[in-house]
Amino acid sequence: MSYNFKETMNKPERLAPGHRMCAGCGGTIAVRNVLRGLHEGDKAVIGNATGCLEVSTFTYPYTAWEDSYIHNAFENAGATLSGVEGAYRALKKKGKLDATYKFITFGGDGGTYDIGFQSLSGAMERNHDLVYVCYDNGAYMNTGIQRSSATPMYADTTTTPVGSVSNGKPQNRKDLAAIIAAHDIPYVAQTTFVQNFKDLHMKSEKAIYTPGAAFLNIMAPCPRGWRYNTPDIMDICRLGVETCYWPLFEVVEGKWVLNYEPKKKLPVEDFLRPQGRFKHLFKKGNEYLLEAFQKEVDRRWEDLKFRCSR
Amino acid sequence: MAKRDRLSGNEAVAIALRQINPDVFPAFPITPSTEIPQYFASFVANGQVDTEFIPVESEHSSMSAAIGASAAGARSLTATSSCGLAYMWEELYIAASNRLPLALALVNRALSGPININCDHSDSMGARDSGWIQMYAENNQEAYDNMVQAYRISEHRDVRLPIMICQDGFITSHAVENIELLEDEEVKKFVGEYNPENYLLNPECPMAVGPYSITDYYMEAKRNQAEGMRHVSQVVLDVAKEFESLSGRAYGLFEEYRMEDAERAVVMIGSAAGTTKDAVDRLREQGEKVGLIKIRLYRPFPAAELAEALKNVKAVAIMDRSEGYTNHGGPLGADVMSALYRAHADALAVNYIYGLGGRDVRVQDMEHVFEALKQMIKEGDAGETYRYLGLRE
Repeated sequence: MSYNFKETMNKPERLAPGHRMCAGCGGTIAVRNVLRGLHEGDKAVIGNATGCLEVSTFTYPYTAWEDSYIHNAFENAGATLSGVEGAYRALKKKGKLDATYKFITFGGDGGTYDIGFQSLSGAMERNHDLVYVCYDNGAYMNTGIQRSSATPMYADTTTTPVGSVSNGKPQNRKDLAAIIAAHDIPYVAQTTFVQNFKDLHMKSEKAIYTPGAAFLNIMAPCPRGWRYNTPDIMDICRLGVETCYWPLFEVVEGKWVLNYEPKKKLPVEDFLRPQGRFKHLFKKGNEYLLEAFQKEVDRRWEDLKFRCSR
Repeated sequence: MAKRDRLSGNEAVAIALRQINPDVFPAFPITPSTEIPQYFASFVANGQVDTEFIPVESEHSSMSAAIGASAAGARSLTATSSCGLAYMWEELYIAASNRLPLALALVNRALSGPININCDHSDSMGARDSGWIQMYAENNQEAYDNMVQAYRISEHRDVRLPIMICQDGFITSHAVENIELLEDEEVKKFVGEYNPENYLLNPECPMAVGPYSITDYYMEAKRNQAEGMRHVSQVVLDVAKEFESLSGRAYGLFEEYRMEDAERAVVMIGSAAGTTKDAVDRLREQGEKVGLIKIRLYRPFPAAELAEALKNVKAVAIMDRSEGYTNHGGPLGADVMSALYRAHADALAVNYIYGLGGRDVRVQDMEHVFEALKQMIKEGDAGETYRYLGLRE
């Protein structure tokens, strides 16, 4: 698949401006760039789990979506698009539809890792021809920064607040991309906003045009929940990748591929430091927490490299 | 040409669905409705239908996928019972508020707990305020006939609401009865093509479904749903008339059985009406003026028509196959009593809870109810209006 940055960026926007997402929201950046993976002329039905994205882009009577769009509920974006895709196949079979449609659904990590997990797993296992995109900002941001199973260890959230006897979220985050890869679907990838979006653009196009089920996990920082300086989002994403906290990889027909290996792996504290949700890790006496965090990042990175080396 | 056959209620509904040949059928197994998707899957496997059959991982997903398919422009449906319906509760409201004409073949079964697989109406009664049309059957023939009529009602442009076609778990779903089937071509012609005006897969005009709507529009959306519901009764009657000319079988909002000069009446829903008809016949032979009203259309509730049908009755027993935990009776009791009150009716009314979790109701049980009504008239007082029938003391 050839890639031309200019051409990709010059495609018409499929999420119109004027919606109500926060300035600098990672979710919106993810959506606009995933939709650049669609070929011009191809139509799409966009699905959406309940969350910031839904309530801010389709507030009756306004919609920011240029394509057909369906929001059903919080936990069923996978099943809902399964039905839409089923309808497409049925109408095609009956000769009632000529146009080519692609099916892409967006969910935050709450709607994907947690409450929508079963519905997602079902849609992936049934191998519907659709792409499920998780814009992972590591907490329930729409309801006010509650922890999810995507929240990294030690993050300060409103349901894992840092306190005199609490260091934030006590558990590790779930590795959802690996779990979806275990469904043995045609295409799984993890990415974020780096390399002028080339990685994200290429993976989106691949996901959309691979027949069968595809899953994209996109780290999409939330300035409110992560408490960093809003304009620094690209630095945050770059540090996520350079520290190997958020590696770029894909799983194509079961084959794990590492897309990027930093020349010099940075310590994870470089990624954590700019974020207010990890402020307590940098207090004197808490060095052991940073060590534990680093250890987990290292373990996962080695594990990923092993998978990709086979 | 009608074809005579011997079928269970589930098989009859599955055959109606084969004849309808819907576009998308997502389904998840649960007793006693499992056979409907099971029979249907064999139609798919043998190329007898064009339907996309989606064997999902839960009932929440079966209704979610049916909603997605319907919004996309396909004729869709699912089937379920009991906890399956409870699990899709949230989705029932979403289907109705999106004004999606889709069908649900519901085989009534008690809700847990204790877990019980047998018939009562607690599942569908809990969904009575969800904005779905609800239609009930006494026997297998009615289950089949209602399914054939379902989409004509649900898809009608004045209605556009989802429809629940209910039958009693095991009592009709699994019992085999003689039944008359319509020819495939007749059903196809009667149901017609589904051509929605607005849908997701319309290449001419994209559509957005499922908005966030706050205080400035939510109430109007709900009122519009109610507007759709207001047209249902007339559409049900019109469709029934057309169906009668095709099949010779007449349907209304409810069935009046030997009500012409009845002084005592029973109002009920579902298969126990068959038992009650036997009780009515026996008592009529003894010269007793008794009758039965069997509700077919429960949502919307035909309150005015029902009060009219009951206007000369001196005492009425309203039979609920589910508890309401109001401390004064079940949901049908509340609806009928409210209808009588609005019509300034004089009838004494009593509400029975019966048949929970498949508890058998016999002809003598219903004779006992008519006897109790006689006693009420004699005493000029209804006495305790919240009673249980067939309870082990």
